[in-house]
Amino acid sequence: MRFTARQLLPGAAALACTACNRVQSTLSWSGDQAAASGSIWNLMLWICVPVYVAVLVALALAMRRRESAADVDERAVGRGFTAWLALIVTLLSVLVVASFAVDRRLNRPAVAPLHVRITARQWWWDIQYLDPDVSKRFSTANELHLPVDRDTRIELASADVIHSFWVPSLSGKLDLIPGRTNALTLTPRKVGWYRGQCAEFCGLQHAHMALDVRVDDAAGFAAWRAHQLEAANPPATASATAGKRLFESGACAMCHAVAGTDAGGHNGPDLTHLASRRTIAAGTYPMDRDHLDRWIADPQRPKPGALMPAVPLDPRDRGAIDDYLMGLR
Amino acid sequence: MSETIDSIEAGQAQARRDALERTWADRPGFIGWLTTVDHKRVAHRYIATALVFFALAGALALLMRIQLSRPENHFMGPDRYNQLFSMHGSAMMFLFAVPIMEAVAVYVVPLMVGARNIAFPRLNAFSYWVYLFGGVMIFVAFFLNIGPEAGWTAYVPLSSSDFSPGKRTDFWAQMITFTEVAALCVAVEIVATVMAMRAPGMTLSRIPLYAWSMFVTSLMVIFAMPAVMLGSTFLITDRLVGTQFYNAAEGGDALLWQHLFWFFGHPEVYIIFIPALGMISEIVQTFSRRPVYGYTAMVLALMATGFLAFGLWVHHMFATGLPPLGNSFYTAASMMIAIPSGAQIYCWIATLWSGRKALVAGRIATPLLFVLGFFALFVLGGLTGVMLASVPLDQQVHDSYFVVAHFHYVLIGGAVFPLMGALYYWFPKMSGRMLSERLGRWQFWLFFIGFNVTFFPMHILGLMGMPRRVYTYPAGLGWDLPNLIASIGSFVIALSVLLFAINVLRTLRSGKPAGDNPWGAPTLEWATTSPPPPYNFEEAPAVRSRDPLWPLDTDLEVMTGLSKTKREALLTSSTDALPATRWAMPDPGIWPFLSAIAITVMFVWSIFSPWGVVWGSIPIAITLTVWFWPKRSQPSMGGGE
Repeated sequence: MRFTARQLLPGAAALACTACNRVQSTLSWSGDQAAASGSIWNLMLWICVPVYVAVLVALALAMRRRESAADVDERAVGRGFTAWLALIVTLLSVLVVASFAVDRRLNRPAVAPLHVRITARQWWWDIQYLDPDVSKRFSTANELHLPVDRDTRIELASADVIHSFWVPSLSGKLDLIPGRTNALTLTPRKVGWYRGQCAEFCGLQHAHMALDVRVDDAAGFAAWRAHQLEAANPPATASATAGKRLFESGACAMCHAVAGTDAGGHNGPDLTHLASRRTIAAGTYPMDRDHLDRWIADPQRPKPGALMPAVPLDPRDRGAIDDYLMGLR
Repeated sequence: MSETIDSIEAGQAQARRDALERTWADRPGFIGWLTTVDHKRVAHRYIATALVFFALAGALALLMRIQLSRPENHFMGPDRYNQLFSMHGSAMMFLFAVPIMEAVAVYVVPLMVGARNIAFPRLNAFSYWVYLFGGVMIFVAFFLNIGPEAGWTAYVPLSSSDFSPGKRTDFWAQMITFTEVAALCVAVEIVATVMAMRAPGMTLSRIPLYAWSMFVTSLMVIFAMPAVMLGSTFLITDRLVGTQFYNAAEGGDALLWQHLFWFFGHPEVYIIFIPALGMISEIVQTFSRRPVYGYTAMVLALMATGFLAFGLWVHHMFATGLPPLGNSFYTAASMMIAIPSGAQIYCWIATLWSGRKALVAGRIATPLLFVLGFFALFVLGGLTGVMLASVPLDQQVHDSYFVVAHFHYVLIGGAVFPLMGALYYWFPKMSGRMLSERLGRWQFWLFFIGFNVTFFPMHILGLMGMPRRVYTYPAGLGWDLPNLIASIGSFVIALSVLLFAINVLRTLRSGKPAGDNPWGAPTLEWATTSPPPPYNFEEAPAVRSRDPLWPLDTDLEVMTGLSKTKREALLTSSTDALPATRWAMPDPGIWPFLSAIAITVMFVWSIFSPWGVVWGSIPIAITLTVWFWPKRSQPSMGGGE
């Protein structure tokens, strides 16, 4: 990371350019909820910037003035005081009412929503798609798929400490608190990938607790959902078959589940369709064989404190497990 | 003939001063240092200690900024980083900001109201020792790798024994206990000093605005501290003896901590900020050469801020899923803070506008310069505060770097800038020497520029979705450059703090002598010598106006009758400041120091075993009993504390 003067000069411009990040920004609104909060942001800017400028201009004028105290009309100063207070009260009233109205809109009942339950754990997201029909429920982790233009009602719970669910481009945040269930509605309006991140300090790996969010059109979402409901792919190669055996007989299956196999642990993320996800370990690594191998070899290297231990495996066995997991598409 | 009378009078005055000097003198040497109850000596060490903690906590921030200067940095790991930011926040809030505000008041308020000493001077000495031992304890723990790790807010269950095993959080919680005790002691002293020890004639409507602000602050300390005391005691007992106050699985509630903590924590911010408002009023009025415009409105604004502060803690919890209608009340209450703040801003600007600006060598004096910086920074921080009061907007930027930017603008801009101004303003009184104005201007501009370079980009980081309290972040989210800029800025701030240290040390060695009233200020602390004698004033000053030293050549009226050979202070009635009685002030004593040691032993012991509370209470009982044992030699009008 070395910067030359040429690179630093446009720094101010780069600062203003929030467009460089559309996946995790409160200013690139891709859902109703973010747009609602954004409308308050705009209103605030329109009110606060002029007030700030006015105060500084008044201060500058006061400092420039050279006349003595004798020729000050204290009555005029008093009238100015009253007017200033009246202005503050008026502006605040506008903001309180606007804020209340937007908050009401945010808390409207969801219409025919998709139901999802997210349980935050140190340091990943356990995601369950709920359905009255038990056979249509499934679990995934760290990657949330949502249909565009439809309400999704998300129940938020925690299995350990307080976390906070925050996908800035879609909505404001809501905490996941042990002993409570919170809920929020998301109504995404733009197809695309977004990124969220735990927003309440939750321990060692608070920094590596990201969430990928895919907003899809109705058909794309239905296809994804149908695929998630399927059991895991059987291993396709001899190496993958060996990997499956190692996975199920070794430490892996103690914590991880792979639907349709003997692996049924629930302490760690569900791996049924692991290889179809974008990232490993809640956004710690991109998903590819090389990174998967590094992650299994030593989770404590990229994510010190992570609750997944480094299981001693010789590189050939680890390769077999990599092959098996990369087949879980 | 008249020459003879003059020389006789001068001789009498000298004899009077000698007698007072003997009466109020500390014991010589090291034992005098340990036993002193002089509010000025205690305040000196209080201020110096708080500044040392400021420098240490600031150094921790520099390490954090190095770690965050680039994405996926490996300068330090998460465990170290979490301890650093927890320690930075805790030390800045509990060991620097609140104590230094109280420390300046311990020095200035008794002088400002014309008293011989602070009320309850032994309690004052005790308060300092408790504060010092608590601060040393937490830093020793930190250097031994048992520093706090759950943030300065220590949210449960992260701070519970399940998720923070070991003694780290216990040390943090016990540090809270130390600072609570120290802060409460000072608060009681200030309230008593302002209410009962004012100069004759200093009616309620003539109390200087700084004394008013410290009075309001002290009442807030008295009302706010019990909430965190309860909260931290629950936390300690949850951890130490298995109570389940915060454990949802056993019928406790994790949010209970947040309610208790923020019921204290929000007023805490104003406990830091309101003294700064008083400092600004003093500086603005002195350098405008006119009384602050709208005295009554200013006092009411201080009180309104102090009152409202207790009604808006929920705005720290808008993201916890509390009922929306309830939240909106706290939105309104939080925004209402802008009314008294706006009123004060207006009054100060009106004062500057209509006053005769007093310059120092043709330039704006450093204290006023820092106050002008306050306007630029605090108003911005206040406006982002209005933004955070709105529930929908807060849910976006809460716990993001936007909030980090906001509270540094209000705390550094709103409190540390005025504090710096106040240190430049009162340093001549404390030391008898003038700080260098040239270094002061350099310090100001480095601080001002460095501060904005550091913290303004954090607004943008927060809006771009960067959460706070992360030890690292991925590249490619547009966070790299703002973070690098912020890190560079932090070193500019460090440079400015270094300049301040140089300025102070150089001035103490070879500064220009100050004289009694170098700024031409109107309040009583400038009516005595710089530095003041141990007895503060030869005779109790009497006042007839809000600005007793203006016009500058007026002779101060005094009231005679206080003993020269006994430590006596004048008590006056609380509304009209009519002389009521002479109060015997205590002599220096070792027992406050010994009591503080006994209490420290008990507090630290209790971290390791509940039996520490039982056995540790015995030495405390002994030392306190000796301390409070009635002394026959003292006059019947009392001498107890």
